[in-house]
Amino acid sequence: MKQILEGSQAIALTVNLCRPEVVSAYPITPQTHIVEDLAKMDADGKSDFEFVRAESEFSAASIVLGASAAGSRVYTATSSQGLLLMTEVVYNIAGLGLPVVMTCANRAIGAPINIWNDQQDAYSVRDSGWIMLFAKNFQEAVDLHILAYKIAESVSLPVIVNVDGFIITHTMEEVDIPNEKLIKRFLLEIKRENILDVKNPKTFGSLVTPSDYQEMRLELHEKIKNQKSKIKHEMGKFKNIFGRKLDIVSEYKTKDADTVFVITGAIYGTVMEAVNSLRKKGKKVGAVHLGMLRPFPDEDILKALANKKKIIVLNRAISLGAEGILTTEIKKALYGKCKAKIQGEIIGLGGRDVTVEEIVGLVK
Amino acid sequence: MKNNPYKNKTLFYPGHTACAGCGQNLTARHIINTLGPNTIVVNATGCLEVTTTKYGESAWGVPYIHSLFENPAAVASGILAAMKFKFKILNLKFKMPNIVVFAGDGATFDIGFGLLSGMFERGDNILYVCFDNEGYQNTGAQASGSSPLGTDTTTTPHGKKSIGALQTKKNMVAFAVSQGAVYVATSTAAYPKDIEAKTIEALKYNGPKYIQILVPCVPGWGIESNKTVEVARLAATTGFYPILEIIEGKITKVLKTSAQKPGIEEYLKLQKRYEHLFENANGKKVIAQLQSICDQNIAAYGLCPTCEEHEVLMQYREINK
Repeated sequence: MKQILEGSQAIALTVNLCRPEVVSAYPITPQTHIVEDLAKMDADGKSDFEFVRAESEFSAASIVLGASAAGSRVYTATSSQGLLLMTEVVYNIAGLGLPVVMTCANRAIGAPINIWNDQQDAYSVRDSGWIMLFAKNFQEAVDLHILAYKIAESVSLPVIVNVDGFIITHTMEEVDIPNEKLIKRFLLEIKRENILDVKNPKTFGSLVTPSDYQEMRLELHEKIKNQKSKIKHEMGKFKNIFGRKLDIVSEYKTKDADTVFVITGAIYGTVMEAVNSLRKKGKKVGAVHLGMLRPFPDEDILKALANKKKIIVLNRAISLGAEGILTTEIKKALYGKCKAKIQGEIIGLGGRDVTVEEIVGLVK
Repeated sequence: MKNNPYKNKTLFYPGHTACAGCGQNLTARHIINTLGPNTIVVNATGCLEVTTTKYGESAWGVPYIHSLFENPAAVASGILAAMKFKFKILNLKFKMPNIVVFAGDGATFDIGFGLLSGMFERGDNILYVCFDNEGYQNTGAQASGSSPLGTDTTTTPHGKKSIGALQTKKNMVAFAVSQGAVYVATSTAAYPKDIEAKTIEALKYNGPKYIQILVPCVPGWGIESNKTVEVARLAATTGFYPILEIIEGKITKVLKTSAQKPGIEEYLKLQKRYEHLFENANGKKVIAQLQSICDQNIAAYGLCPTCEEHEVLMQYREINK
């Protein structure tokens, strides 16, 4: 049903419709409205999950880790410093192959302390072994959560759904919250395993010595890389049930473009405006939204960018001392396969407003 | 495990890689066998985890999970929440398993302190067992918040300007009581029957339970591998490690010292980590301070054979004001 909702509210409603069994979180701006809404649903009897108050993000992540190991569908949400605090658990969840779903309301990292939006938090855990999705708009912030549960639980890997803090979490827009029956149908076939079953005792989280560690890490690496087709397949099923198309790589007016912007996240909307503005001036530009950072969709990016003359990568996170992280990612995907000039730009850090004019001005 | 020769005999199999004379693995075996098969173990990183779970092998006859060093209390809370959901919402019929945390003093007194506090505060029905060997023995005997005054560790070495650890042991028992743990008890590896009795008693209470057990570490403490029990007994009988049971905030049982109780030197001299204290006048002063800790414990918890029970309770309340 289409409603006008705040982004956080839309996410909370959707998560509740996915029927998680255990929710645990610790408050941090701009994630707070999501977990407040879930707590209120719990208080009002509109949900049936166990809401576990945690004394830190580290604890919240550990609580959902334990619940997930015991076979429960789980949810947590965080942001910025909170994600960094739970980083050790984030790696651990991935290593244990637990299907945790987490929202990251993307926010800058201090110092200097700043509560506003960029994506330094998410990009800082890109190597941890989670599937990382980015919402390019309001509707995707809803839809990707449903998809996340499907992927996580069918392949036993954790998924982070990244939504830009404030841009999505604290604004209101028209959005469709899918019918619970449809969500149930989409998620139905999944069976979660309780690996802590007393009738079938197993040891989980073993010490692994040099004789096996490398194989196990490489196995996880291959497993994550090999999920690309599975994720596309699930996106196809999603379209069949909900009627909306989800894409790992979205393209806007790229067909005849010689210059293409690349970005992750909700500023894609502003970038599309900038493309329209540049097109009016006769410039052949287009835009690409990368909706999944891990596993990295090399082939899809190559397909979208291979024959372009110039690629302008819009970074919302930096590898300090090197360059914008997305720039490196795009260069890696295109290395030796594309002659385009790659121009890395860093924009919109710590909530700095990104305007159409600023993006237009990047095309020289 | 196929054709398990230990089936129905023990839930903690031999063949693990702990040192001869390890106080911790000995104690863990008694606890897990008392808890029985309807139990889930959540283990912090440490010697118990390292020696019992080398990939491809396992000493555990019950479901076991290890995540990180500092988070077993929170992982246990998550498992409990999952069980509650299955029980209440899904109406699955099963006997709620015992959820037990096994963690060392590093995980408990130091790095996992905040997470343990969270578990207490939530009132979660979990038995938390701290195997206290008074330092980071798994990484080579560094000092923790549990290392007593004067202990020679690799990060508080004794030397010309130092007598070893300068801090006094953190009072985790008082902390657990103050946080509302329904059942709090201490013991040492010398008293398996006491440990078993306390494990059984703890399970009668719904809520967070904390049992702290002194477990001598052969290499870390520098003791002979056949002295584990003797050292653990002396810790109690000197009054240095008071053996208590505190139910809903009230002391219900203490282990009394004998009329001819041993002095602290008897305990210290068996351990290389205290050897330096016998070498000079500064060390002797520390020994006197450690003796006074024993005397204070004996007075505070009423450990002497003639102390009256009501006296104990009064004194305990004074301490906890």
